[in-house]
Amino acid sequence: MRKDGVFIAVDVDDAVVADSALAAKLVEVCPVDIYALAQGPPATLDIVEANLDECVLCRLCLDAAPPGTIKVLKLYDSESVLV
Amino acid sequence: MRFFEYEAREIVKRAGIPVTDYGFTTDPAEARAIAERIGGPTVIKSQVLTGGRMKAGGVKFADTPAEAEAHARAILALEINGHMPRGVLVDPKAEVEQEYYAGVVWDGIRKQPVMIFSPVGGIDIEQVAAEQPDKVGRRHFSNILPFSEFQAKEVIASTGVTGSALNKLVPIVTRLAKLFTANDMILAEINPLGRLADGSFVALDAHMDIENEARGRHKPLLADLGVGDEETRQAREATPFELAGEEVDATDHRGVAGNVTEFDGNLGLVIGAGGGSLTLFDAVRAHGGHPANYCEIGGNPSVAKACGLAKLVLQKPGVDKIAVMMSIVSNTRVDIVARGVIKACLELGYDPAEKIAIFRIPGAWEEEGFKILEQYHVEYADRSVSLNEAARRAVEKIGADAS
Amino acid sequence: MSILIDSDTTFIVQGITGREAVNLTRECLDYGAGAKVVGGVTPGRLGRDVHGVPVFDTVAQAVAHHGAPIDGSVVTVPPAFTKDAVFEAIENGVKLIVIVTERIPRRDVAEMVELATLRGARIIGPNCLGIIVPDVIKMGGIGGPAKNAAQAYTPGPIGVISRSGGMTTEMSSTLSAAGLGQSTAVSIGGDAIIGSSYAELMGLFEADEQTQGIVIYTEPGGRMEAELARWVTDNNSRLPIVAFMAGRFMDEMPGMSFGHAGTIVEGKEDTASEKIARLAQAHITVAERIEDIPAIIGDKIAARQSAGANA
Repeated sequence: MRKDGVFIAVDVDDAVVADSALAAKLVEVCPVDIYALAQGPPATLDIVEANLDECVLCRLCLDAAPPGTIKVLKLYDSESVLV
Repeated sequence: MRFFEYEAREIVKRAGIPVTDYGFTTDPAEARAIAERIGGPTVIKSQVLTGGRMKAGGVKFADTPAEAEAHARAILALEINGHMPRGVLVDPKAEVEQEYYAGVVWDGIRKQPVMIFSPVGGIDIEQVAAEQPDKVGRRHFSNILPFSEFQAKEVIASTGVTGSALNKLVPIVTRLAKLFTANDMILAEINPLGRLADGSFVALDAHMDIENEARGRHKPLLADLGVGDEETRQAREATPFELAGEEVDATDHRGVAGNVTEFDGNLGLVIGAGGGSLTLFDAVRAHGGHPANYCEIGGNPSVAKACGLAKLVLQKPGVDKIAVMMSIVSNTRVDIVARGVIKACLELGYDPAEKIAIFRIPGAWEEEGFKILEQYHVEYADRSVSLNEAARRAVEKIGADAS
Repeated sequence: MSILIDSDTTFIVQGITGREAVNLTRECLDYGAGAKVVGGVTPGRLGRDVHGVPVFDTVAQAVAHHGAPIDGSVVTVPPAFTKDAVFEAIENGVKLIVIVTERIPRRDVAEMVELATLRGARIIGPNCLGIIVPDVIKMGGIGGPAKNAAQAYTPGPIGVISRSGGMTTEMSSTLSAAGLGQSTAVSIGGDAIIGSSYAELMGLFEADEQTQGIVIYTEPGGRMEAELARWVTDNNSRLPIVAFMAGRFMDEMPGMSFGHAGTIVEGKEDTASEKIARLAQAHITVAERIEDIPAIIGDKIAARQSAGANA
């Protein structure tokens, strides 16, 4: 699932979206509420479009998920990926 | 926050200081009833938070209740310095033998409250201090040691007052000092403090100003006086634009993007932080610019909040462009503010490169911020461009476009 | 050398588990030689740590753990709890207290300052960003993350005193770009009553050999500039001073507060124009623009030195 704001886009692997434990963890770590739980059951991950541009590039979501499964893209910088 | 006279008198009364048998009302008929109860000549005083009410016709003397009603009706409709009165105070016309002054204020240098006393009251204490300095006594008192009556006695005696007047004044000045501290006042003043024919003292007018930061711990008093939380009583009433600015700042708890003050120019300012805003506002004016507003960004606001502030300013009638400028930031992030102001332009259908005259915010996350600004072709400056130079460029741009 | 703090200064952070305090702690640990942050205090959080700094319930526990008196404390707790936190620090022997918290009623500040004076302690702030000795140590959020602080502040001969935290950095950066580093920069806070005014820091700079000149940032409101002018005259100060006055527009808007809580024109003495006149009487130059400051202070220092050499 990928959603785009004006400055930031987030692309999450479908496997992560479907993993309710991981989804809950992402909701917890993000300081600006980009992640939310979609109506279940089972609970899956949702991306809150309105909050995408609040991303502070903190990498906490990248650290919480398996490597490569979440991409944070800077739309103002040729879609460069936060590493 | 300043109190109206009728509120200040109530505070004085609660502290145990004698006041006259006054009444407050917003209704001319009730003014008549109060005058009847008083039974005798009265003074009708406009309740406004501005000086010069005597000169403006906001204080009138009445011999009869009917006259009191007529004066009250006229005064209630009288605007003074742009303020409509809150109501009128109907006061017995006291037979005063002598007017005194008693006040307490903060001394920011000594960092203690200072009592000021004078046997010359009824006029501005600054004027007495300038003309008859020996008639003004001053005495500081401790913030942490208990207040003791001798301190009040000393300040009164230092002005040459003795005899029974001294002994009657000591408890009044003591109570004034204690109410100053107990209520977190920044000014507590009784002027005039009248000595009546029988030798007793009575507060004839009072000025009280409570510190805004301490309002939270005086809720019962404020509730008793009917002062609402939303009442700020600034020197000038907040405009709808300024109130909208407060709303923007209240959207979330992250940082500050507000403290908006309205001006009537064509250059919108999205500026910060505290000292930076003061410096930038001066600089814009020094270069002949006309700011549409003052504001402050600080403490790392959210993108939404920076966006909300920029939108508010962009939508203000008469605003051609905005200048986004701050002193070097270390807590607030350059990229977050850049996102906010660009988003504001986009959401209003403007080209950011067109609407943002200049973006001068160097500091934390500037590399990221400058990338965003480049993407949208917004003119930006780093720390090598002074606040003054940034302001000059903004004014130049808006001037060129206006012609 | 420096004033107030040096590389040996030990301090604690009261309210260390708050969001801003966590960042501030990280910044201080990272900057210069690394500050000796020997503990943090948040009631109920004994046993935790913040970036390796142990957290205690009380200041007394922090002192006991350190095993020696602690020099300073950075206080960043909510306004309603600040007075108690500062009293706690003072009564546990802390001699230098930086109060970051904003919106503290002045009665509380006055009480804290009076107790500090009785105990021989000093308060910086409230509503300030603290103290920095370039490349050596910073105590407080001043300059921000270590990387950003290093960009703006460099060691040198200028003492900086400012009522605005952000402008401390802006002015120091301007000085640094012109090759004039700072001995110590102090953000003294923007409130009506503060622990240490310009005049109350001048004696320390006067005694500091590294310091050759002073740059101050000031605003309308209060009488601190008059106090400084008097101090300079009374003490025949060796240090040339350049001031920058922001908020000149406020002279036309009495009764309204802008920028900082203490910045308000209530009487004639509060106005920018009156302050500029008072400073000028004490031979303190008021710069029209920040970018003019380095040249002015540089010239004044040179003039002072050549006068000294000729004497």
